[in-house]
Amino acid sequence: MDKALVIDVGKCTGCRQCELACSYEHTGTFNPARSRIAVFDFHEKGRFVPYTCTQCDQAWCQQVCPVGAITNEDGVKVVDAATCVGCKVCTIACPFGTVNYEPATGKVIKCDLCGGEPACAAACPTEAIVFTDVSVQGFEKMRAWAEKTDTAPQANA
Amino acid sequence: MAWAKRILRVNLTEGTCKAEPLNMDWAMDYLGQRGLATKYFVEEVDPKVDPLSPENKLIMTTGPLTGTGASTAARYSVVTKGPLTNCIACSNSGGYFGAELKNAGWDMIIFEGKADKPVYLVIDDDEAELHDASEIWGTSVWHTDDWIKEKHQEPQFQIAAIGVPGENGVLFSAVVNNKHRAAGRSGVGTVMGSKNLKAVAVRGTKGITVNDPEAFEKAVNDAKAVIAGNAVTHEALPTYGTQVLTNIINELGALPTRNAQDVQFEKANDISGEAMHEPRRTDGKPNLVRNAGCFGCTIACGRISQIDPTHFSVKDKPQYHHASGGVEYENAWALGADTGVGDLEALTYCNYRCNEHALDPITTGATIAAAMELYKIGALTDEDTGGIKMEFGSAEALVAAVDAICDGTDFGKLLGLGSKRLCEKFGHPDLSMSVKGQEFPAYDPRGIQGMGLTYATSNRGACHLRSYTVASEVLGIPEKTDPLVTDGKAGLVKVFQDLTAFVDSSGLCIFTTFAWSAEDIAPQIDAACEGDWSVENLMKVGERIWNLERKFNLDAGMTAEDDTLPKRILKEAAKTGPAKGLVNGLDKMLPEYYELRGWTPQGVPTEETLSRLGLA
Repeated sequence: MDKALVIDVGKCTGCRQCELACSYEHTGTFNPARSRIAVFDFHEKGRFVPYTCTQCDQAWCQQVCPVGAITNEDGVKVVDAATCVGCKVCTIACPFGTVNYEPATGKVIKCDLCGGEPACAAACPTEAIVFTDVSVQGFEKMRAWAEKTDTAPQANA
Repeated sequence: MAWAKRILRVNLTEGTCKAEPLNMDWAMDYLGQRGLATKYFVEEVDPKVDPLSPENKLIMTTGPLTGTGASTAARYSVVTKGPLTNCIACSNSGGYFGAELKNAGWDMIIFEGKADKPVYLVIDDDEAELHDASEIWGTSVWHTDDWIKEKHQEPQFQIAAIGVPGENGVLFSAVVNNKHRAAGRSGVGTVMGSKNLKAVAVRGTKGITVNDPEAFEKAVNDAKAVIAGNAVTHEALPTYGTQVLTNIINELGALPTRNAQDVQFEKANDISGEAMHEPRRTDGKPNLVRNAGCFGCTIACGRISQIDPTHFSVKDKPQYHHASGGVEYENAWALGADTGVGDLEALTYCNYRCNEHALDPITTGATIAAAMELYKIGALTDEDTGGIKMEFGSAEALVAAVDAICDGTDFGKLLGLGSKRLCEKFGHPDLSMSVKGQEFPAYDPRGIQGMGLTYATSNRGACHLRSYTVASEVLGIPEKTDPLVTDGKAGLVKVFQDLTAFVDSSGLCIFTTFAWSAEDIAPQIDAACEGDWSVENLMKVGERIWNLERKFNLDAGMTAEDDTLPKRILKEAAKTGPAKGLVNGLDKMLPEYYELRGWTPQGVPTEETLSRLGLA
């Protein structure tokens, strides 16, 4: 895998177009409850945070699955619904909570990057979610912090 | 399908919740939300009903596009007969509540009767149940929201609630969802309170489908691109919110100031959208934390603010030190320019309190402004105000007055009547800047002539959201007209009224029309819904809704004499600005408007008009 979802929380307006797009892509219905990405509204902090699977290289979910339903497809951890028995062990193993049981199907669901064209990133109106080169995920953040670096001589130096 | 095709009927007297199929014949004529709920309402309720009696009903309603992937498909409305106006009331809100209700599989909830003790409704997909609200009766919207989530261990509930003023009969109580999104006007929350209904909590996981997915995807994506390519919806609104208007409207001499004695406010810039971005002198932080979108919205005009913790209004009140909904243009005007207060932090505090206790901030501010003028001429005394020095420009007086309404003090109860009843009570009815009992909003009809006709003919009392001719007269959308003339405004108002009526019935937000024409909207509705939803048909649906509302109001006792404006707007000329020397020329617009509508000179729809619209 050479691309990943990169989330810039500061740009998220809480509109949930990502949840709509994700649920529509995977279920054919507009249904945030069945989205693989979730936006959390920390109203009193004035912050919206989209959250989803980061596709760990050594994925807890994949390693604990007793029936081998979760496989590594070019870096993307994909659940094979036909194999999944709905035991939910992966939901316990995932440290981030991004694998979840879906009552409607009796299977677990997680982000599969939509086969290489994530619907959430395409739907995001503010580029809070972008699908970009995995090796430079931190580039914009680095640049923002680099810009803040003060190279002026220190008074007490 | 886009409609859930199911309604929930809650009889509060009996304590029952029953599912019914949606009347699809009516849906084909009225689309959804505002139009369809009004149809249900007029079929079921006597127009002469006392709005605060158990015989009145209250409908919470979504549109067919609510909860779909269309941009701004967040909207839901509350339809009832309003206690402030004795007219049809329909107030519209965003946030996440409407989409959740639709996702639970319901197009609307019809509340009837009155519970014998306070209750709240919980909807979990197909299941609906009333619960005892005695522990939250007498508490705020914010507390109610937290309490219900905690009680049911369901953080994903979306909740709409009323505050204490709505329980106590303050005539301009709103219904607030998600703690800061309001079905704001005409006292819809007061009706909810009169039914002993404190809140509605919803969790919906069923999903929404559309009639023609492929066509819908294309129409929605095309329309989103239009929003993203428009300077108002892509730049001005996300950056400044509706507050982008404060300086513009003030320059134009159309910002009603000190109860509309003036049309320009010398401190307008201090309370503007630009000011919300400026670092404060006290703590170096701006008032604005960030912008926010409602469900599915790709505009995101919402304001999230944080009050300066050292400001007098919140100094010893840490419960208001967190971020929450900041001032929008209407609120900044009503609480600010109209009261002469140029203190942004004080306005933000008052806005928080309006959200916390579900008050309509327009009527709240405008009623306080009227009280300030009554105080100035000596009609209202310190004895009446409980010692509050109600002087124009006093942030302390403004804060104390808003607190009085929330706390239900004697003075708060007086203000809770709204400006019309307050000014009548103190012998100066002309000092109420209202139409049909509802205060007009932030556009002075002397400086923007079309808004005079808009206010005079609005079916829910004075309101800008029934025909926003400001778009044309100020912003040039769809084409520029001169705000200082009356020519052509009758036709403009009619077109905007019909367009708005169908947009309000779709589940979409009216703010999209800064960028979208009817031609951008129709394909989205047409793809989502069965039936013919061409522009032509939708405009006819809008006209049908307008006439249905009008007919209800006439049957309720309203007459053409109520299609008027406050004396000040018709007789006292603007003192400054481009409109200096002008009054509103309503008499030049109204007869032409009646004629264009197919109404008699007495403002009554003719038989021919009614039968053309299928209303005979």
